Amino acid sequence: MSIQNKTFGTKDLAPSTTTSLSQEAQRRQRQRSLAIAWALGALTVIFFVATIARIGSHTIN
Amino acid sequence: MTDTTTSQNTVTVRSEASLSDYIALMKPRVMSLAVFTALTGMVVAPGHLHPVIGAIAILFIAIGAGAAGVLNCWYDADIDRLMARTARRPLAQGRVPSEEALAMGLFLAGCSVLCLGLIVNWVAGALLALTIAYYVFVYTIWLKRRTPHNIVVGGAAGALPPVIGWAAATGGVSVESLMLFAIIFLWTPPHFWSLALTRTGDYERAGVPMLPVVAGKAATRRQILIYSLATVIATLAPAYTGLGGGAYLAVAFAGGALFLALAVRVYLIGDSDSNAGNKAARQLFAFSILYLFALFAVLLVEHVLGLVT
Repeated sequence: MSIQNKTFGTKDLAPSTTTSLSQEAQRRQRQRSLAIAWALGALTVIFFVATIARIGSHTIN
Repeated sequence: MTDTTTSQNTVTVRSEASLSDYIALMKPRVMSLAVFTALTGMVVAPGHLHPVIGAIAILFIAIGAGAAGVLNCWYDADIDRLMARTARRPLAQGRVPSEEALAMGLFLAGCSVLCLGLIVNWVAGALLALTIAYYVFVYTIWLKRRTPHNIVVGGAAGALPPVIGWAAATGGVSVESLMLFAIIFLWTPPHFWSLALTRTGDYERAGVPMLPVVAGKAATRRQILIYSLATVIATLAPAYTGLGGGAYLAVAFAGGALFLALAVRVYLIGDSDSNAGNKAARQLFAFSILYLFALFAVLLVEHVLGLVT
C-alpha cells in the first residue's frame, strides 16, 4: 500500500491497492510521528543526564 | 479514529486523532494533582535527592499517572459516552482507536515504572506500579461498576503519589508519608460525592452505582459530612508530628473550618431546594480542590523555605 511516495506493508491488501490520506490526516500523522521521535530523544537525554548525575553524586561522596 | 474503507483498489485511511487527543487521554488535570502531591512528598521527606534525579522522578510519576488515566479511559469508553462530563473524551468520541489507547497505556505504564525503578529506586518504582495496577484493576475494572464504595476504596490510588514521592527521596515508606496518604484518601469521597450529587442522572444513565444513585442523596450528604470531618482531623496530624509548621496548622484550621462549613451546608439544605442544594454541592467540590492544594502547597513552601526541618 502506498501513501503518496511512501511504501508500506501490504499484507491485508491487494498489491495494486493505493491508500490516500487527507491533508489533515497526513498532518496529524506527521505530528504524532514527530511527538514519538521527540519522546524517544528525550528518553535518551534523560538516561544520559541521570547517569551523569548519579556518577557526579558518587564522585562527591 | 482510523477508518479504512476499500473501494475497488483505493483505500482511504482517515485518522482523526491529534496529539492533543493523546494528551487528553492521560487526564492532565488528574496528573497535575498526582505530580503536585508527589512533589510535596518528595520535598518534605528527610534525606537528600539530587535535583536532577528528583525532576526525573516527578516526570515518570506524571507519566505513570497519565498511563493509569489512559487505561481508565480505554476501559470506560462505553460508559464515558453516556455521561455529559466525559462524553467528549477522545475514546468516547471514537477519535482514538481503542487498541491504540490500550497499547499507549500499557507502554507508558511499563516505561514509567521501569525508568523510575532504574533511575530513582525500586521502592518508588514498585509503589508506582502498585498505584497504576490499583487504579486500573481494583478501581476501574473491579469496583467502579459494582459498588457505591468504588471511590472510597479506589481513592487509595489517588492518595499514593505523595508516598511515591517520599519513597523516591528516602527509599522507604514512613508514618509521615502515610499521613499524607490518609489526607487524600479521606478527602476523595467528599470531593467526588459532591460532584456526583449534581450529576446523578449521568451516573444513573451509565449504570455506575455512585452513592447518590444507590443510597440516595440524603445518605450521600451524611457520608460527605462524616468523611469531611475525618479529613479535617487527618489534616491536623502533620502539624502534631512536626511535618507541618505554624503556617500549615493555620491553613489546616482555616481551610478545614471552611470545608466543614460547606459540607454542613450541603447536609442542611438537603432536598428542600434542589437548585440551592446543587449550588452548595458544586461549591464544596470546587473548594475541596483548593483546600487540598493549599494544604500541600503550604507544606511544600514551609520545607523549601526551611521553616520546618
